[in-house]
Amino acid sequence: MPTRTLTPPTETVERALIVDPGQRVPGRARAYPLRREGPAKLTGAAKYTDDLVFPGAWYGATIRSTEAHARLLAIEPDPDADWSKVVIVTAADIPGHNVVASIKDDQPILVPVGGEIQHHAEPVALLAAPDRETLRQLKGRIRLVTEQLPAVFDPEVSAHVFAQYEIKDGDLEAGFGEAELVLEGSYRVGHQEQLYIENQAIIAVPAEGGGIEIHGSMQCPYYVHNALKRALQMDNVQARVIQEETGGGFGGKEEYPSMVALHASLLALKCRRPVRMIYDRHEDISATTKRHPAVIRHRTGVKRDGTIVAQDIQIVMDGGAYCTLTPVVLSRGALHAGGPYRCPNVRIRARATRTNTPPNGAFRGFGAPQVEFAVETHLNRIAEALELSPAEIRRCNAYDEGDRTPTGQVLRDSVAAHEALEQAVAASHFERFRAMTAAEAKARRGSGTIPEEPYRTGASRTARGIGLALGWHGAGFTGAGEVHLASVASVELTADGRIRVLTAQTEMGQGTKTIFPQLIARELGVPVDWVEYPSQDTAEVPNSGPTVASRTAMVVGGLCIKAARRLKAEVEGRNGGLPFHEVFRDDAASHGATRIDERFEPFPGEPFDEERYRGDAYPAFGWAAAVATVQVDLDTGEVSVQDVIAVDEVGTVIHPILCEGQVEGGTLQAVGYATIEEMKVEDGRYVNDRLATYLIPTALDAPHIRSILVEAPYPHVPHGAKGVGELPMDVGAPAVVAAIHDATGTWITELPATPERILAALAASSPEAAA
Amino acid sequence: MPAEPPIDTPRHLFEAYELLAAGPIRPIAGGTDVMVQITGELGPIPERMLDLSRIDALRGIALEADGLVLGAATTYTEIRRSALCREHLPALVEAAATIGAAQIQNRGTLGGNIANASPAGDTLPILLAADATILVGGQRGERQLAAAEFFTGYRQTALAPDELILQVRFPLRPGRELRFRKVGTRRAQAISKVVLAIAWRDLGAPGWADVRVALGSVAPTPIRAAVTEAVLEGARPTPAVADLAAETLADELAPIDDVRSTAEYRRTVAARVLHRLLRDAGGW
Ligand SMILES: Cc1cc2nc3c(=O)[nH]c(=O)nc-3n(C[C@H](O)[C@H](O)[C@H](O)COP(=O)(O)OP(=O)(O)OC[C@H]3O[C@@H](n4cnc5c(N)ncnc54)[C@H](O)[C@@H]3O)c2cc1C
Repeated sequence: MPTRTLTPPTETVERALIVDPGQRVPGRARAYPLRREGPAKLTGAAKYTDDLVFPGAWYGATIRSTEAHARLLAIEPDPDADWSKVVIVTAADIPGHNVVASIKDDQPILVPVGGEIQHHAEPVALLAAPDRETLRQLKGRIRLVTEQLPAVFDPEVSAHVFAQYEIKDGDLEAGFGEAELVLEGSYRVGHQEQLYIENQAIIAVPAEGGGIEIHGSMQCPYYVHNALKRALQMDNVQARVIQEETGGGFGGKEEYPSMVALHASLLALKCRRPVRMIYDRHEDISATTKRHPAVIRHRTGVKRDGTIVAQDIQIVMDGGAYCTLTPVVLSRGALHAGGPYRCPNVRIRARATRTNTPPNGAFRGFGAPQVEFAVETHLNRIAEALELSPAEIRRCNAYDEGDRTPTGQVLRDSVAAHEALEQAVAASHFERFRAMTAAEAKARRGSGTIPEEPYRTGASRTARGIGLALGWHGAGFTGAGEVHLASVASVELTADGRIRVLTAQTEMGQGTKTIFPQLIARELGVPVDWVEYPSQDTAEVPNSGPTVASRTAMVVGGLCIKAARRLKAEVEGRNGGLPFHEVFRDDAASHGATRIDERFEPFPGEPFDEERYRGDAYPAFGWAAAVATVQVDLDTGEVSVQDVIAVDEVGTVIHPILCEGQVEGGTLQAVGYATIEEMKVEDGRYVNDRLATYLIPTALDAPHIRSILVEAPYPHVPHGAKGVGELPMDVGAPAVVAAIHDATGTWITELPATPERILAALAASSPEAAA
Repeated sequence: MPAEPPIDTPRHLFEAYELLAAGPIRPIAGGTDVMVQITGELGPIPERMLDLSRIDALRGIALEADGLVLGAATTYTEIRRSALCREHLPALVEAAATIGAAQIQNRGTLGGNIANASPAGDTLPILLAADATILVGGQRGERQLAAAEFFTGYRQTALAPDELILQVRFPLRPGRELRFRKVGTRRAQAISKVVLAIAWRDLGAPGWADVRVALGSVAPTPIRAAVTEAVLEGARPTPAVADLAAETLADELAPIDDVRSTAEYRRTVAARVLHRLLRDAGGW
């Protein structure tokens, strides 16, 4: 299979960091288009939602519950306050269904009087005022009369199941029968906050004919569009949704903007003015979706040489109070739970349940980072038990072309687990470094890692460690998802000779606006600047599906290329076969506009059976390996992640700089997940719901990241791309945790591996505790 | 964010004193605590604010006969850049470098850290360990307060509402050593989980004298660990002394679980940080 590695010329990058005024440096960006929206963002000219001015607009606010589970008996505005200059909206004001349209219609837009509050910070009423000060004062004067109900916080105990799946292959008992070692392990991961730079922000503007126009920060304009139509009883034209410059999403702006848009719209329709619904950080963290916490149990049978013969895996995810996208997150979790390893006898049981906490939802990786942390840590523990190198046990089990996954999918194309692994092992000098840390650990012993007295320090304050993880990520939507979506993307030659790519794929910092024109310009043989990418406005662009699941480059990019090829053929055909770039302007002038709509066609392979969980779960997978080195302070348990070698196989690389940006960002987000990002929950409420208390890595905490891109093009899309957005998020955390183990000798089985957990684990494994 | 309170910006102390006497008015220096409290709606919003940034009398770093004197409005960046601080009080420079990050260090002031009186204020253990005195003043006159008497309760100080902090005086004793260590969740923009300062004078054969062990984030106020100090007074930093001091400190502290860390972690880490500092001092 053809694979190619793009190794960045690091010297150039480093030299480019110091540039004298007036000096020019040959940047790596040469030959690749600049980020389209980059100059505006750099100079501050870019307008985000809160920068937009709508004369006469009012300010909106959400009145939220302060209990985890309660019956709402009444909403009581303080009779002594002046309510004449504001509007209040309750569930009674909703013209259509009181649901935020999603997989199950279980989440109300506002809790109705008589209904149940299911989580802390749940929207109950809305308020709009002409100015912020009035809004702030009156917001505190609406009282919710409630009757408390018992709440459930433990997903393993909860009887309310949102979704469950079972994947089975081979004969589990026979597999364990032939095993020479059986290892069990239990792993836990908590919430993670997306922490996009720009908070949730929507402005709703009433339109003529009873319609509504939404301007906002979002990933999926058509999700918002659909939600508005359902709740406000509007048609396709009455509801119009326009994505504005969006300051990050990470999944956090996949489903939640529907809620914000519905709230802003209800207020705007009632006060007959534009309403600005701009969350501050505190509200954003306390109310919006997080990554699903999970408990994952593994029981694995292996041969002495490391060959995996049986895997029994159980996953319980905490969905929070409403279903949102939980069934799909769980599905991806179940499908990735075994890791990128061949195993003939498998059982994967997955269930997601309801708890009285704010709903969890989409977040980069979408169920995979949780399960891959578990399987990779488990495999590293097996390697330790068998005294095998973590690299060796992966060599022994990683998928090859022709292998079968637990759903019976035969991996035919673009399989590069071994390439990713070997690149990472070689680039990090993994075995040499491991021998060094082992020698250091030996030298520390006695004086040591675990001092005999709890408050005594050892001779050396710090310990180094190295860790490895391998991962995979299904490209595009899970199962029959893409078929159900039936996306349409268009390329248009307008009557005045402009070339436009029309899709609903949004730019949120990841590069859509840059790579689509790049792909189409290449097909049509025109300079990239000639290709326009109009804004994501439901009145203008077709529904090419959501900007999620790392599907934009692969699926929609593929549709655009096919459309461009058809456009080129049509125009050239009309013009005696002359090349497109020479004739398209004249063609437009004489022939008028030509628009090609390209609709999704299923990828080849075994269609996925959603009932039995058999068949091709994804058209292809991306492959990733990470090697992390850490330094652990043995006195305090503080971890400094020093280096990460991130190898990502993404199919064809379209734009190496943007692609590396995704790898570096995803790796850092994974380092945060591994080490410090922890949402503390008390009685169903997030306690650290501010930037001062929910901490993510700063620039000083960021490791040196070296990204190595590997290409094993996927043959069933015209450009061979598979997507990169989520892949790096899957492998960073287990690599860091393995490195912490290498440094300290202790396994942290619950993320994040905080200093508190590391010291507690070390104390529990000290000879004293064992005695 | 709520509406902005009106602001007075006097140039002279006497004007500031008049405004304070007429109160209620809230001093604002760098604003790095006050603004967080206002935008986060973490307390009542001040009716008026008193901007201290134009009062020259509150600025400056000077070496006087009996010590190093810092104006209350001295910023962390000024401390980091000050040759006098680097020479005479390097531990304060070290602490200043751990506070927030560059932006906070450019605005945040020593006086603000003291008046805010957070148990996690990173300079406060240094004030305690160095026997610093705090000069406060108002229309009723000026008074000197020992740092050890200044922090009276959780976010409570001996400062009266009509007074300002004017200066901090760090006595410079020949032969005094002062060490500082902060443990936070990340390498910048991190509020301390444990912060410790230790001071001593090495008298040679008679052992250590004037030992001070001061900590933040382990009690409702920054504290001195008197029992631990007694263990170290007159002793030398041997392995046995370090063991005993660390154990004593662990017994002496009664930290709590909160959003940033656990009681157990704070206790263990405070003791180990002390042990490590003693190990380094003893050179074993
Ligand atoms: C992002 C961030 C990170 C931070 N990191 C740290 C950290 O690592 N360590 C740390 O210790 N702190 C940290 N802080 C807190 C803060 O920066 C410090 O406490 C700083 O010293 C406050 O000084 P200021 O001048 O900004 O105070 P202000 O906010 O102006 O004032 C704080 C309080 O002191 C009063 N006040 C100020 N000056 C005087 C005076 N001369 N007389 C009487 N009263 C006065 C004010 O009325 C107010 O009550 C951080 C804050 C932020 C926002």
